[in-house]
Amino acid sequence: MAAIIEKESLIGKAIPKMDAPGKVSGHTRYIHDLNLPGQLIGRILRTDRVHARIISIDTKEAEALPGVHAVITAKDVPNKPLGVTKDNPPLKGDKVRCERDEIAAVAAETEALAQQALSLIKVEYEELPTLFDPRQALLENAPVIQESKPDNISMEFDYSHGDVEQGEAESDVVIEDLFKLHYVTHCCMGVSGVIADFDSTSGNLTLYSNTQVPFLHKREFASVLNMDPNRIRIIQPPIGGGFGSKLDIYPFEPIAVFLAQKTRRPVKLTFSREEEFLASPTRQPAYLRLRSGVTKEGVLTFRTLDSLLDNGAYTSWGATIPFVMMQTFSSLYRVPHCLYHTTTVYTNNPYAGSFRGYGNLQATFCVEAHMDKLAEAVGIDPLQFRLKNAQQAGETSGQGMHFKSCGFKECLTTAAARSDFGKKREQNLTAQRDDNAVKKGIGMASMLHVGGGAKIYPSDGCGTILKMDDFGHVTLMTGASEIGQGSETVLSQLVCEELGLPLSAVTVVNNDTDITPWDVGVHASRTTFIAGNSAIGAARLAREKILNAAAGTTAMPADQLSLRGGCIVIDESGEAVITLDKLLRSLHFQERAELVTTSFYYEPPSVHQDKAFKGDVSASYAWATQVVEIEVDTLTGVVTLNRCTAAHDVGRVLNKLGIEGQVEGGIVMGQGYALTEDLLIDEGHCQNPNFRDYKLITAPEIPEIDLSFIETMDGEGPQGAKGIGEAPAICMAAAIANALYNATGVRIYEAPFSPEKVYRALKGCSQPLEW
Amino acid sequence: MSLTHEIKFTLNGSPVSLTIPLTMSVLTMLRDLLNLTGTKYGCGEGECGACTILIDGVSVNACLKFAVDCDGRTLTTVEGLVADSRNDPLRTAFAEKGGVQCGFCTPGMVMQARHILDNYPRANESQIKRGIEGNLCRCTGYKKIIETIASVGELDNKG
Repeated sequence: MAAIIEKESLIGKAIPKMDAPGKVSGHTRYIHDLNLPGQLIGRILRTDRVHARIISIDTKEAEALPGVHAVITAKDVPNKPLGVTKDNPPLKGDKVRCERDEIAAVAAETEALAQQALSLIKVEYEELPTLFDPRQALLENAPVIQESKPDNISMEFDYSHGDVEQGEAESDVVIEDLFKLHYVTHCCMGVSGVIADFDSTSGNLTLYSNTQVPFLHKREFASVLNMDPNRIRIIQPPIGGGFGSKLDIYPFEPIAVFLAQKTRRPVKLTFSREEEFLASPTRQPAYLRLRSGVTKEGVLTFRTLDSLLDNGAYTSWGATIPFVMMQTFSSLYRVPHCLYHTTTVYTNNPYAGSFRGYGNLQATFCVEAHMDKLAEAVGIDPLQFRLKNAQQAGETSGQGMHFKSCGFKECLTTAAARSDFGKKREQNLTAQRDDNAVKKGIGMASMLHVGGGAKIYPSDGCGTILKMDDFGHVTLMTGASEIGQGSETVLSQLVCEELGLPLSAVTVVNNDTDITPWDVGVHASRTTFIAGNSAIGAARLAREKILNAAAGTTAMPADQLSLRGGCIVIDESGEAVITLDKLLRSLHFQERAELVTTSFYYEPPSVHQDKAFKGDVSASYAWATQVVEIEVDTLTGVVTLNRCTAAHDVGRVLNKLGIEGQVEGGIVMGQGYALTEDLLIDEGHCQNPNFRDYKLITAPEIPEIDLSFIETMDGEGPQGAKGIGEAPAICMAAAIANALYNATGVRIYEAPFSPEKVYRALKGCSQPLEW
Repeated sequence: MSLTHEIKFTLNGSPVSLTIPLTMSVLTMLRDLLNLTGTKYGCGEGECGACTILIDGVSVNACLKFAVDCDGRTLTTVEGLVADSRNDPLRTAFAEKGGVQCGFCTPGMVMQARHILDNYPRANESQIKRGIEGNLCRCTGYKKIIETIASVGELDNKG
C-alpha cells in the first residue's frame, strides 16, 4: 500500500536561519576574510580640515617608499562625481568640504606600508570660512559649500492636502512645538570594505562588495568609472550588517577600483573602526516645527510641519528622507488638512545616508508627542484619542494611500491591554506627587511604514530563476540580497511551501550579478514582499510543470495531484504516487518538464505617486504600536527602559524566529537612538569615533520584550505577509519621550534623552531650542 | 626592520611555532599569519568583543593582546571550539535559537558564551547579560543570544 503523506507547512514556524551554522563556526567568509592572490592593500588619506581649498598635494615621498605600488590623487583619475545628486567626486582635487573628504589613496604590499605612505603625503590648504549650523545656511552671507548650489539648498520637499487655514479655524486647541533630532550612525559590526579585481585577459572588473543594491551599484560604477556595465560583475560576500548604510555608492569604492586599474593587481580596501565612524553615513539630524489642531471632541483638524535637515557636505540618501516623513504626518492618523515643507541644506558636517526607518523615527517622534499633548489638552485618554483618529482598513488617507489591510487599531488595543497601559498610566500620574526620587513612566507610540515594497525607483521589481535537478534539489537564484535579516531562509520557506520540500532541498544563490536576476536592492522593508512574491511565482510555475508531467505518467489529472514530502501525491488522500526525484529523472530533457523556471514580481499594478506626492507608495502598509515602561531617576536624570510591549501588523508571520529577531533587534536599536547613541560633531569634527564614547546598548540594558503579531493576511503579500525590517525601530524614541512625560510631567523635545538633558529638563533649565 | 621573537604555543590542540614581530597583536597573528579568519576585527581596541578567544581557558580580546604573550600558552579560537564535539550543544543552540543574524559578532559571542558557561554552568539571565556585556551586537537586540546561552546552561545541567 502506498504511503500517505500529510500536508505540512513551514509557514509561521520558527525556522533557524540557513546561514547560521556557518556563521557560528567561523567558516563564513566576510569581505574582510577574503584575500586574492597578488592583492595589494589600499588606504585613503582623508583631510583633517572641514572647509579648505587644496593648494598642493605632494606625493613624491610616498611614491618612493619601497612596497608602494600606486599613489593617486584627483588628477590621476576620471573622478566623476557620485551620489544622489552627483556632487561628490571620489577624490577631492579643488577643495575639501567635510572631515571625511578623500585627498589621496595608496596601494601597497601591506597595511603598515600603506599607512606609512599616507603619512608621507603633504597637503597644503587655504582655509575657507566654515558653516556648521544648518540654521545659518540660508543666511545671505553664509559660506557656500557646493559651488553649483550657491543658496546651500540641497533639496526641498513640499506637500499638502486640504486647507490648513480652514483646519486651524475649525480647531478648539492648537499647539506648536519645535523638536530636534541628532546624529547617529549604523555601527555595522563588519566595517566597510571592497575588493576590486580586473581580469587581465578580458579587462572585466569583479567587485567584491558589501552593497545592499548590487544592480544599481553596477550601473553607478559604470558611470563613475566610464566603463561598459557589461564588464562589471558584483559579488557580495556575506555582509556584516547593513541597516541602510550600504544603499549608496561611496568614494572608497571607486578609489579601490582606480588603484586596481593603476597597479593591475587586485586591491582590497577595508576601513578601521575609527574610519567607519568618520566616513560612513549617519542618520539625518533635523529641526522640526510641528503645529497641530484638534476639536474639543478629539478629532484631528490639521497639521503643519516645517523642517530643516542638515545635509552635510554632499548629498546622499539622507537628503530624501522627507519623502518618507511626510507619510507619517499625512497618513498615520486621519488628518483632513496637512501642509508640509522641508529644506535640506549643505553644511561642513558629515553627510547623512539612509538608515533603517528612513526619516520615520524623526517624524514619529514629533507626531506621537503631539498625539499625547492634544489628548491631554482636550481631556481624552491617549489610547482612546489615538483610536478615534487612527486610519483603518478600506480607507484612503489624505495623501491618497490606500489601506487595503490595516491592523492599526488592533495594534493599539493589543499593546495597551498587554501592558496594562491605562491603569499604569494613572498610577504613574498619581505617583508624580510622591517623595520617591525614582519615577515610573509608561508611554505609547505608533507607526505607519511601507510594507509592500516602495515605489522610490522607476521599478521596484525582483526576478527569480528556479532550477531543479534530477534529485529534486532546488537552486533558487534571486536578486534579493541577504544582509543578516534572513531573506534567504524566508524565500526558501516560500518555495518549499509550493513544492512540498524540506528546507534542506534548497540552495539559495543571491550574491552575484552575473548569475542572479535583477532586483532593486535590499531597502524599504521590501525583500520578503517583493522577492517573496517573485520566488513564489517561479515555484508555482515549477509546480505546474511537475504536476502536468506527473499527470502524463500516472494518468491522474494534474489538478488532483499535489506535492508533499518530496513526492507527488493524490491531493485528497495524500497517497504517494511517485517520488519527485524519480519523476524528474524520467523526464530528462523532455520539453514538457524543463526544470528551469523564471519569474518576476513587480509591484505595482497600482500607479506611482504623482508629482505632488499623492497616491500609493507601497502595495501594502505595516502598522505598529509600542508601549514602553521606564524609570527615571530624578536625582541623576538616568532613564532606564524596563519593558517594551510591541504589537505589529505584519500581515502574516512567515518565520517566527526570524520576525521575532527583527523586532527585538529593532526595538533595541530604537532604544539606543532614544537614550544613548549620539555622534558628537563639534565644528565638523566627530568627537567620539569609537565604541567607548559612542554608546551602543549592551546586553544588561535591554528591556523585557513582549511581542504580538497582528495577522491581517494582506491580499497582495506572499502568503499574506508584509515587510517588517524597519518598523520596530521607529516608535521607540517617541514612546520613551511620552513615558518620560508620564513619569515626571516634563516633556523633552530633543533626543537623545541623556542624563544631562533629562536632569536639566527636570530642573527647568533645558537649553532652549531655537530655529 | 621591526624586532621579532620566536614563540611556541598550543593552538586549538596543536603545537605552533612562529616568529612574529614584537608589536603584532594576537588578532593579526591569527588572521594574517595563521589564516584563522573566524576571529573578527570589529574595533581593534577591546570595545566590541568580536575577536574574543580563550587563552588558557579565559576569554580575551585578541586585539588587545600581544602575540609574544602567547608563548607557552594554550589558545582556543572559534575554529577550535567548534571542532570539539563537546561544544556541539552550544554551536547548535546558537544556530537554532535565533542567536545569529548578520553573524559578524557571533564567533566572539560563542567564545564568550563558552567562557561564561565554564565559570557558571548554571548561569542565570543576569550572569549571562553581564557576561556578554563586552560583546556588541547590532542586529539581534541580544535577547535571543541570552536565551541561547541560558538554554545550553540548562542542557549542561541536565547532562
